[in-house]
Amino acid sequence: MTQFLLAMAITTSQVILGVAMAGAAFRILSGPRAQDRVLGLDALYLAGMLLLLTYGIQTGRTLFFEAALVIALVGFAGTVALAKFLMRGEVIE
Amino acid sequence: MSQAPDLPAWAALIVGIFVLLGASITLIGVIGLIRLGSFYDRVHPPTLGPTLGTACILVSSITCFSVLQSRPVVHEILIAVFVTLTTPVTLMLLARAALYRDRREDVPDVPRD
Repeated sequence: MTQFLLAMAITTSQVILGVAMAGAAFRILSGPRAQDRVLGLDALYLAGMLLLLTYGIQTGRTLFFEAALVIALVGFAGTVALAKFLMRGEVIE
Repeated sequence: MSQAPDLPAWAALIVGIFVLLGASITLIGVIGLIRLGSFYDRVHPPTLGPTLGTACILVSSITCFSVLQSRPVVHEILIAVFVTLTTPVTLMLLARAALYRDRREDVPDVPRD
């Protein structure tokens, strides 16, 4: 019984995180200016990282944790590079 | 599709509540990102929502793996430290870039110094 309720809670939170990713994707597609799109990308990778963490809880494997850590690292580098590009017009001067 | 780890009742309660709480807070942050009016309003919700959501989901993940492996598993703290440190940095850089672009193009309603 508790296992069923836990499975329902995890699946519900995965659906909620999927909706959050869809909202961030909407902001990427419709953002009025470039900085809004970068902001949407930031929210998108954070929600995707959380989705991977919930998959890790669901299956009980630590493989997903490493994938989530890589997403956090690469997403940070990507957002910083895009902000730098918006500021200066080039990433590496 | 709906499977779950075999946890005792108290651990299942903590894991379920925190996973739902984290996902809901993240969704609230993204709703703020969609609905707020100007860019300088929209900068704030993706910093606050997903950071607190990450903290909640990491608490449930730490509880789940610590109970499953019956030893303290705290490597999730890496993600918590990383997200908490980097999210303000990225969004501050982004806000500065947006401010620079808006001032150069003389967009009205730009925040002053």
